[in-house]
Amino acid sequence: MAIFQLKVNGEHREVNVDPSTPLLWVLREDLKMTGTKFGCGISACGACTVHVGGIATRSCIVPISHIGDRPIVTIEAMAADPVGRVVQNAWVEEDVVQCGYCQSGQIMAAVALLKVTRKPTEQNIEESMGGNLCRCGTYPRIRAAIKTAAAELSKGGA
Amino acid sequence: MVAPAIDRRGFLRVSFAAATGLLVSLYLDPNAFGQEAPMPAQQAKVYPPDAFVNIRPDGKIVIQVNRLEFGQGVQTALPMVLADEMDADWSNVIAELAPAADVYKDPLFGMQMVGGSGSIAHSFTQYRELGAKTRAMLIAAAADRWSTTPDKCRTDASTVRGPNNQTATYAELAADAARKPVPAKVNLKSAAEFKLVGKRVKRLDSRPKCNGSLKFGLDLDLPGMKVAVVAHPPVFGARVKRIVDDEARRVEGVTNIFEIPLAKGTGVAVVADKFWPAKQARSRLKIDWDVTGVEQPDSSELWTRYRQLGHTPGLVAVNRGDANALDKIAANNRIVAEYEFPFLAHAPMEPLNTTVRFDGDRAEAWAGSQFQTFDQMAIAEVLGLKPEQVTFHTEMAGGGFGRRAVTDSHIQREAAVIAKRLRGTPVKLVWTREDDVQGGYYRPIHYHRVEVGVGPDGLPAAWRHVVVGQSLLMGTPFESFAIKNGIDETAIEGTNDTHYNLPNMQLSVHHPKVNVPVLWWRSVGHTHNAFVMETMIDELATRARMDPIAYRRKLLKPDAKKLLGPLDLLDKATAAWRNKLPRGHALGVSCHESFGTGVACAVDVSIDNKRPRIHRATIAVDCGIAVNPLTVESQFQAGVGFGLTQLVPKGAITLKNGMVEQRNFDGYAPPYIIDTPMTVDVHIVPSSEAPTGCGEPPVPVISPAVVNALGRLTGKRHRTLPLVTI
Repeated sequence: MAIFQLKVNGEHREVNVDPSTPLLWVLREDLKMTGTKFGCGISACGACTVHVGGIATRSCIVPISHIGDRPIVTIEAMAADPVGRVVQNAWVEEDVVQCGYCQSGQIMAAVALLKVTRKPTEQNIEESMGGNLCRCGTYPRIRAAIKTAAAELSKGGA
Repeated sequence: MVAPAIDRRGFLRVSFAAATGLLVSLYLDPNAFGQEAPMPAQQAKVYPPDAFVNIRPDGKIVIQVNRLEFGQGVQTALPMVLADEMDADWSNVIAELAPAADVYKDPLFGMQMVGGSGSIAHSFTQYRELGAKTRAMLIAAAADRWSTTPDKCRTDASTVRGPNNQTATYAELAADAARKPVPAKVNLKSAAEFKLVGKRVKRLDSRPKCNGSLKFGLDLDLPGMKVAVVAHPPVFGARVKRIVDDEARRVEGVTNIFEIPLAKGTGVAVVADKFWPAKQARSRLKIDWDVTGVEQPDSSELWTRYRQLGHTPGLVAVNRGDANALDKIAANNRIVAEYEFPFLAHAPMEPLNTTVRFDGDRAEAWAGSQFQTFDQMAIAEVLGLKPEQVTFHTEMAGGGFGRRAVTDSHIQREAAVIAKRLRGTPVKLVWTREDDVQGGYYRPIHYHRVEVGVGPDGLPAAWRHVVVGQSLLMGTPFESFAIKNGIDETAIEGTNDTHYNLPNMQLSVHHPKVNVPVLWWRSVGHTHNAFVMETMIDELATRARMDPIAYRRKLLKPDAKKLLGPLDLLDKATAAWRNKLPRGHALGVSCHESFGTGVACAVDVSIDNKRPRIHRATIAVDCGIAVNPLTVESQFQAGVGFGLTQLVPKGAITLKNGMVEQRNFDGYAPPYIIDTPMTVDVHIVPSSEAPTGCGEPPVPVISPAVVNALGRLTGKRHRTLPLVTI
């Protein structure tokens, strides 16, 4: 066990865990932030995607000891994020979700894309979203929602 | 699936509680009547769980959904149906997933469940009547209040309006309405009067699923809760011989390690304060397994055995017309085709889990379950309780596709066995993705051998067909009424009941026994039967040099209305692009009816990086009344993506020496965004017929349509899945 100082969604948090514990389980079980999901544990599905130091990251394979002082941002902070809010609204507007389990990760991946690429092409979308699995298969509506969000952002929404 | 018919006499019971307002219940089991327990106040959910509608004093209308929500949208659709007849203000409707209770059993199946695409089909009338009866009672209360008669009152948006412009909200009337007799009969709305049914209504669960606040079963956190994982045997049914657990016990946070019985064989439970130490400890266990007397299946050996069986006639399922018709057709007019379909894991995004707390004389359980009735009974059995002593909460589930509808309730039994040992402590059992991919309960492998004799008109004049595959239902509670003459119809559905006019048809079946647990996988037998039928019909259309839509229309029986309508609509909807595809693209067509819903599908496919690239899919569907056309559209847009699990190169579970060769999403990789259609347009045949299901019918059509397009592009007819190379 070791004590780690974390910056999660702008707040300082301290946890005492085994250094090998993946960020995912620290978020879910120590910080009780269950919006970030466990899907595979081998970074193959993207359900656990969060932003670490501004980069979309699979939290299931990153040991907490590797985080250092990089800020962590999760789905719980998206409603207060200028791009995150637009993406969430687009997801609701396009009625994207079905079971919804993968959508925290999908939204975190989409926000990371749109923060860098304001007018993503189909290829940009496929590359950025390419590792996020949705077993329901909501991909066509995910594409539509990203375009809706991009259009909203281009209006100066954020 | 089928289940014994039950007494459908239903009646309403109404009770009133100051804290909760009007409660309306429709009882299906008259014996359950009159056992009213005290109503605890100040509780988030209404207990005892016997109410469908609860009008709260604040005007919120809480509707209980008698189904699991796991993506299919029933948590929005059934409240829409009830609220429409009730004239409830939709913006104030709250939907809750009902816990396990007799009152929430499926009106046709007689158990609480989701399956067979029956949620809307079976509960449409039930929820309409619940809404209409509630409305009638509210009107009766208002009529009393205004000294008028119910026929002079109207309703809209949770308000009753009297003849002299009086108004009263449902919340104001709830207490009086609760004392009114429940009408035996009510008039239901005509289609023209619907305000919600038939409209594109957005899901109620979108926002909480987009901001991380919605709690799935795996997100459950209870005071003092422990997390358990189980080391399962590497071969199905093997038993623990010896455990060395010193290293595992040294992992900080681990509290218990012990052997447990499994549905087949035994395993080792590891209990810890949290998931990560439990998983770490499991990986440090050293277990010797006893495989004595346990069959160790091997995929390559299974295929040899299945092919041999397929060359011999099996149990006769269809014997129509001239059994010797094929032999009378010249060899050059015969097609012989063999098809192979692998084991498939469902792999829902939310790993399987169940939480149980055992308190000695009662227990509480939380699970995203498609079979609440069975799972509650199983937990009770393990704990030595009666089912009603187990409070069973239906948790939101992250997908399922059949995997949460297991007749042996093996997940719940594991959780209950562990909870029994940790009496008083809630225990959350988590199956990791590895447990899920390697844990069995797969869509079984199937082999089909089809011999078709082509007549001078290009139509099939003789059809001889042998299917080889494990039975899903033998050895389950469904066996006694679902297996007829040794045949499990779920292995041949979609072929034995084909709507194509095949005057001379012989279909037979072999059900080999294999030591791999198998289970229904979204659309069940239609997954492989539709593929065989629709790729073969397409071959025949190509051979006859006919348009694939025209050929199907010609071959379908005139009474195949649920397919002819969608084909006509598909014809129109694809007219703009179907015959104007760019170079390197090809059209693929299919149609199939399953669970009462007819679907026609067309795809535009090219080959990109040695994989099929699906540029668009057009779907036409006849599902009767489309209760929520937005949900129907979504189910089809996404469901075809699920169906493509059959085609992706890593879409197969294989075994070697009894052990599953894939471990996780690296070895068993379902479709990602690149594998699925870039756009899907869905067209719904207008209908006033009773609604039929939309959960499973999207799945069967897509794989044959894509493979038919590939056939046009490459000349090669793929008959072995998955498509490892094209």
